[in-house]
Amino acid sequence: MNRATLIHTLQTLSDAPGTSGDEIEVRRVLSPLLEEHVDEMHVDSLGNLITLKRGTAEHPLRVLVAAHIDEVGLMVVAHGDDGSLKVESIGGIDPRLLPGLEVYVGKEQLPGVIGLKAIHRSHDTFKDVTPLKDLTVDIGAKDKDEAVKLAPAGTRVTFATRAHLVGDLIAGKAFDDRAGCTALLALLQGERLPHDLYGVFTVQEEVGLRGAHVAGYAIDPDVAFVLEGTIADDLPKKEKEDVSPTSEIGKGPAITVMDRSYITAPRLLRHFVETATDLGIPYQFKQPGIGGTDAGATHSARGGVPSITIAVPCRYIHSPISLLNPEDLEHTVNLVRAALARLTPEILQPEG
Amino acid sequence: MKTIKLLRQLSEAVGPSGRECPIRQSIQALWEPFSDEIRTDAMGNLIALQRGTTGDSQPRPALMVAAHMDEIALIVTGMERGFLRVGRIGGADPRVLLGQEVTVHGKEPLPGIIGTRPPHALSADERKKVVLWDKLFVDVGLPAEKVATLVQVGAPISIRRPLIELRNQRVAGKAMDNRASVAAVTLALEALRHREHAWDFYAVATVQEEVGLKGAITSAYGVAPQIAIALDVTFAKQANDQAPGTFDLDKGPALGIGPNFHPQLLQRLRDAAKAEEIPYHLEPAPGRSGTDAWGIQVAREGIPTGLLSIPVRYMHQPVETLALRDVERAARLLTAFVAGLEPDYRPRWEDEL
Repeated sequence: MNRATLIHTLQTLSDAPGTSGDEIEVRRVLSPLLEEHVDEMHVDSLGNLITLKRGTAEHPLRVLVAAHIDEVGLMVVAHGDDGSLKVESIGGIDPRLLPGLEVYVGKEQLPGVIGLKAIHRSHDTFKDVTPLKDLTVDIGAKDKDEAVKLAPAGTRVTFATRAHLVGDLIAGKAFDDRAGCTALLALLQGERLPHDLYGVFTVQEEVGLRGAHVAGYAIDPDVAFVLEGTIADDLPKKEKEDVSPTSEIGKGPAITVMDRSYITAPRLLRHFVETATDLGIPYQFKQPGIGGTDAGATHSARGGVPSITIAVPCRYIHSPISLLNPEDLEHTVNLVRAALARLTPEILQPEG
Repeated sequence: MKTIKLLRQLSEAVGPSGRECPIRQSIQALWEPFSDEIRTDAMGNLIALQRGTTGDSQPRPALMVAAHMDEIALIVTGMERGFLRVGRIGGADPRVLLGQEVTVHGKEPLPGIIGTRPPHALSADERKKVVLWDKLFVDVGLPAEKVATLVQVGAPISIRRPLIELRNQRVAGKAMDNRASVAAVTLALEALRHREHAWDFYAVATVQEEVGLKGAITSAYGVAPQIAIALDVTFAKQANDQAPGTFDLDKGPALGIGPNFHPQLLQRLRDAAKAEEIPYHLEPAPGRSGTDAWGIQVAREGIPTGLLSIPVRYMHQPVETLALRDVERAARLLTAFVAGLEPDYRPRWEDEL
């Protein structure tokens, strides 16, 4: 994929609604883009979109490359007499970000808004973040009956953001993990590699790595690469406050050494660093100990699978609008492709 | 004119207080076809005159109708590694800014977003506190050197929010306060073009209301009308605020009652509403009304003033929500009020001789 196609693909994927457990629209975008490029494709019982692109090697390794298609969002749980919708979060949503937003409600994508009591009337409380339980979505329904009819309990709510360019960067919602999905799509659309590439677009990562859990079992891979969009905190702050920017945009893919869900196999870490160094691809290590990814599920699938996460740094993930640098996305595709091309069974051998 | 089309154009136009040029141009284009004269005064107020229809043999009394066209906004206060530090113009609400898309009005308009540090990097205490002006910043996605050439300290920043169509003819947008009233005045100008009215009708789109009613004060002096009506928005009932001082959405405009308003003007407005079968609320304002009416009332030797308000939910937030019918009702009420003014009408006090 050239850069323009890469950006366009990311934007299309970003705009698709797909909260955890309801990822159909994202699969609908992906399937036609994959069809001619993979040898097998199916959707499993949880909704994972599983593809296989066979390798050229005589004895290919089974490589699982995962990117999750679900995004954080809200779910309607109750209705007010005045027609307002009560919501709870699907995955981790920062309640600081919700007031003042436009959202889309349900399959029809009914526009809704989230508003607070006016600042003129909130003198005592305006410095405190309003918890999610006190927020409501307003779709303009006249009363409870209309609200129940238009958005029954269980209805999904997504950010209404449309992707576009902001300066040199791409802006859009759900770059966690549509950035990883874009990279995986680019890999699958590219030339055949030596090893069998099981490209899996996983579901329900945001509610506990559920899709990767079953895909890791079903595919029984020799190794797993997880492609992600990760936190960039290269933002204004008091320097002494913080030890690390987590990752920084414009400095290449962020390689995970350890996060809250797993510790990267050292041989894989070495393989990626050597590959990046040999090819002159910029990379960075993500600040250890933060976040969790599908690697947290794949590394312990069956008898254990060496796993690593490679991520595109994104500012403001899990917010209504994130920013990423298209060069980072390109470097991520190139690094993972090269690491796949150079992968040998010896590299996967445990040391000692 | 279709109300929604009008509101979309007005709500999406840019006009931070003191920088109203773009919105003024939009309104001028809308008002010109219905005006006999139109001018911009030294403060930037747009003043349109629609002459009375009763011949030119005698001087006609003048009515001024004021709707402020400025909107709350942000302003660049500094730069830090390419990020813009911001302050506020008017009563912008920091609770609703994180994750908003904005336009930075630098040498060219730059899209930007109001950033936020990720929650994991914050203490539990910080996560519960609203990010206030000392920590808010705007990200325009450009390297620091480039930002420095394109943006100066003092550049205004407006919220970028296309009109949102909700159910039941309700809409949300960034500047219903007070483009809803500008829309109502526009509809009234259009309607009165086709009706007899004895009085000269000055429609004024005022500037700088959000920073202290500045435009109302100077335009009322300049127009020197016999009476004035201000149009603004008021608080609509919403899920998290049903307390006194809020008014049901889609049940008509609110009429101000209190020291800011001449009781006879209020009575005339109520009579007109009754005759036209327009529902309305009464909005008590025991003191300062916080609207242009407060500034106009004490212009020159004093001007009898009334207030017509359109209920809006989530005021000073990027999703200000209203019912289109309330805008249309405000316009119809204003039209009926103006058309009903007799040439010799003057508001009086009950005890006046």
